[in-house]
Amino acid sequence: MDAELLEIRQHMGRFPPFETLSDQLLDEVAGQVEVGYFQAGSGILQYDQELHELCYIRSGAVEVRRRTGDLYNRLGEGDIFGHFSLLRNNRVHFPARALEDTLIYFLPEAVFLRLCEADEHFADFVELERPRLETAVAHNKKANDMMITRVRKLLTRYPVMVEASATVQETARQISAAQASAALILDEPNDDPRYTFTDTEDRPWQLRGILTDSDFRTRIVAEGLSPDTPVGELAGEKLITIQSDESVHEAMLCMLRNNIHHLPVLYRRRPMGIVHLSDIIRYETHSSLYLVSNIFHQSSVEGLARLAPDVRIACVRMVEEGANSQMVGTALSTIGRSFVRRLLELAEASLGPPPVAYCFMVNGSIARNEQTIVTDQDNALILADDFDPAQHDDYFASLATFVCDGLAACGYTYCKGDVMANNPRWRQPLQVWKRYFSEWIDSPTPERLLHSSIFFDLDSAYGEEAYIEELQDLIADKAPRSPRFLAAVARNALNRTPPLGFFRTFVMEKDGKQNNTINLKRRGTAPLVDLIRVHALACGSRAQNSFERLDDIATTQLLAPGVDAKLRHAMELLSMVRIRHQVIDLDHDREPDNNIEPENVADSERHHLKDAFQVLSRAQKFLKYRYPVPAHSGRAS
Amino acid sequence: MLSHRLPSRTQGLDWPAYLQQRAAETGDPALQRFFASGCIDPDTPIGEAPLVAVDLETTGLDAQRHAIVSVGLVPFNLKRISLAQRRYWVVRPNRSLSDTSVTLHRITHSEVAGAPDFSAILPELLESLAGRLVVVHFRHIERPFLNEAVKARLGEGMRFPMIDTMSLEARLHRLSLWARLQRWMRRPPVSIRLADSRRRYGLPDYQGHHALVDALATAELFQAQVARHYGVETPVGKLWT
Repeated sequence: MDAELLEIRQHMGRFPPFETLSDQLLDEVAGQVEVGYFQAGSGILQYDQELHELCYIRSGAVEVRRRTGDLYNRLGEGDIFGHFSLLRNNRVHFPARALEDTLIYFLPEAVFLRLCEADEHFADFVELERPRLETAVAHNKKANDMMITRVRKLLTRYPVMVEASATVQETARQISAAQASAALILDEPNDDPRYTFTDTEDRPWQLRGILTDSDFRTRIVAEGLSPDTPVGELAGEKLITIQSDESVHEAMLCMLRNNIHHLPVLYRRRPMGIVHLSDIIRYETHSSLYLVSNIFHQSSVEGLARLAPDVRIACVRMVEEGANSQMVGTALSTIGRSFVRRLLELAEASLGPPPVAYCFMVNGSIARNEQTIVTDQDNALILADDFDPAQHDDYFASLATFVCDGLAACGYTYCKGDVMANNPRWRQPLQVWKRYFSEWIDSPTPERLLHSSIFFDLDSAYGEEAYIEELQDLIADKAPRSPRFLAAVARNALNRTPPLGFFRTFVMEKDGKQNNTINLKRRGTAPLVDLIRVHALACGSRAQNSFERLDDIATTQLLAPGVDAKLRHAMELLSMVRIRHQVIDLDHDREPDNNIEPENVADSERHHLKDAFQVLSRAQKFLKYRYPVPAHSGRAS
Repeated sequence: MLSHRLPSRTQGLDWPAYLQQRAAETGDPALQRFFASGCIDPDTPIGEAPLVAVDLETTGLDAQRHAIVSVGLVPFNLKRISLAQRRYWVVRPNRSLSDTSVTLHRITHSEVAGAPDFSAILPELLESLAGRLVVVHFRHIERPFLNEAVKARLGEGMRFPMIDTMSLEARLHRLSLWARLQRWMRRPPVSIRLADSRRRYGLPDYQGHHALVDALATAELFQAQVARHYGVETPVGKLWT
C-alpha cells in the first residue's frame, strides 16, 4: 500500500460504496483520483455537459438540481454523484453546484467501470438506489432465523394419533407412553376434504381434532367425564393447523392469534407432528408469547397495567434478535389486541353480557399490524343494528370507558383525535357505520377525510368479525369507483413530505432550513402508509397491512413495474430505523419517541435513509398525477 | 479590502531571460534540457498554465547544513490535480539524519539507508518539472535546498520561478492594510502555515510532513486561493516569484 495515498484511501474507505472494496481495489482507486476545488456557489457539473468521471465529495456540500431548477438532492462528505450519467449516455442530467467550499475527488470512467465489473456491491450501489435498499433489507433478513426456518424443523417425532372410538383413558395411556403432551384424533373420512389423508397403508383418514394435556384437566376431569368416553366426542372444536413449510414465525403468530399452545403441522393434508409453544420458545427466546398468555391470566386492570414494561422488553428482545419490521409490528399489534380482548372480557364479567351483539374495532397501526411501542389507541364500537340507544347505550358507554381507560393504564395513551369507542360518535350500529363510510367516499373533501382516514385501516379485535368484513366489502366496492374520493385521499397523502437531504448532523428541508432532529413517523412511515393506502383503496384491496396491500397493488397496473418493490423496501427500512431508534431510547432509559437525530445515524444507514426518502418523494409526486381531481366534479358539490 | 497589488521587489527578476541564459551556459545535459524547456510567458493566464506542486522534506531548515530526505510532486492545473502522475522519492541525505526529523517525516533510518543519492533521481525530477510552473508552500525551503543539492553534485546551482502559496497568504493576511492595523493593535497575526491556511478555504485536514501529501495539500490550496482571490485570468507573472 502506498503510504502517500493513505489520506485518500482512508477517507473513501469509510463511505459506501467504497467501504466494501478490497484493499487492493481501494489502492487502485486512490491512485487514479483527480482532485478539484470548487468555491461555494460555483458550478461543478453543467446540464448536458459530457461527463467521464465519477464525483466524490471529499469535503464541503453540493446541491443537485433538476433541469427545471427544482432541488433534487443535497449531498455531503462521502457522497457520490454523476454515476447516473456514466451509466447512461455520459451526459449530465442533473447539474451540480457547490453549496460550500468543496473538494471533489474525480474518478476516471475507466476506474469506475472496472469497479462496477470487479465488485458486485459497488455495481449494485451505483446502478440505482433500489438495489442499495434491497441489500440493506436483505442483510437484515439474513440475520433473522425465524423468518426462514420452516416449522417442520421443530418437529422431532410423529404425532400420537388415536381413532375417534378410542377411550379417553386409552388415549391418556398412549400420550404418556410416548412422553408427549397431546394426541391427534382421527376418524373415518367424511365431510371435510381439507383434513382427509391416507396413511402409509393407504387407508383413508380424516383429522378430527386434537386432545391436549390441559383438555384432560379442563374438559374431562373437571367435567367429571368417564374414562370410557370416546375421544371422538371431545373433538368438536374448530381445528387449527399449519403447513410444514410455513416459517417458525408464522407458526408463532398462529398460536398467538388463536391463543393455543399445541399446533398440528401438516404436510399437505397428512399430519407430521405437533409443535408446542415450548418448541418455539426454544427457537425464539423473546417473551411476546409468554406476554400474551400472561395478559389472559390477569384478572384486573391493575394486573394488566403491570405488564406494560414487559411489552417494551419484548420489543427490545425482538429487535436485538434481528426481527424485521413486520415481525415486530405483528407481535406488538397482537399484544395490543390481547390487551383489548382481556379488558373486554373483564368488562363483560363486571357489566354482564352485552344486550346486543357488537364488534370492538381497532384502527390505524394496530389494524395494519404495524404497531410500535410509541402508540396511542384508536378504536371504535360497531353495534348490532337492533341497538337501541335509549336502552343499550349506557351499557356500551360503560364498556367503552372501561376499555379505553384500561388501555391508557397499560400504556396506550388516549387518542388525541378522540377516535375511541368512548366517543358516542364512534359507538354506533353497523348501518350508521355504513353511512359514515358511504358519505366519506361519495362526498369527499380533503378536510373531512383528514380526520377519518384512520378508519380506512380497520380490523376486529373482539366480537362480531362479520361487521368489519361488511365494512371492508363496502369500501372495496365503492372506493375504486370514486375518482373524487381517491383524489381527495391522494391529496391528503401529500400533506406530510420527507426531508430533502439527510446529512451527518442535520436534516435539510425543502426551504433550505436545517433541523437537527427528524420525526421519522411524520416524515417517513406515515406518509408512506398513507400513499400505499391510496393505491390499495384504488384497487379494492381488502388488506390492511401495508406490505400485504403492496402485494395486492402489485397485481394491478396502478404502479410502474418495480415501484412496488421499491416502496416495500423503503417501508421496511424506514420502519426498522424508527423501531431501532426507539429501542436505543429504551436502552438509554429515555422515553422512546419517533424522533431520530442524524448524528446518531450510522453512515451506511444514512445513505439508505436518503434513498428511502427519495423513493417516497418520487412516489408522492406520482400520486398527484395518478389520482387527479375529476374535471366534471367541482369540490363544492 | 484585500490587496491584489504585488510588492514590486518580487517582480524584479526577468525569469524567461534568466532561464534562457542558463540553458545556453550550463554544462550538464539534464539541466540543459530543463532550462531549454523554457519558461512560460509571464502574461499567460494562470488558468492555462501547466503547474506542478512540489514539496521537500529535509533534515533541517538550513540548506547549508541540512539535506533533502524526500521529494514529492504532483502535476496539476487549476481544474485538476492528477494523482496518477504523482512522483515520490526517498533519497539518502549526504548529511546525517537526526532523530527529530525521523519522527517528523515518518521516514526511518533503514528506509533512508537503502535510498539512492539525490543525483540518481535528479534527471527524472527535472523531467517532471520541465515545462511546468512550480508551486510550493514556503519557497525558502524548496528553492535553496534544490539549489544546494544540484550545486553539490553538478557544480552549478538551479533556480527557476515558483509560486509560493505561503507568500500569497502573507500578502492577504500580513501585508494588507487591515493586517497591519491588526498588528498595530497587537492582535496575533493570522497563521499562514499550510494546515491553517487550508482551513480558511474549507479544505480538509491532512496528516502533514509527507512530501507527497504536502504537495497535494499545496496544490489544493493554490486552486482555492485562485478561486477565491485571483481568478483564472491572472497572469502568472503576477503570482510567481
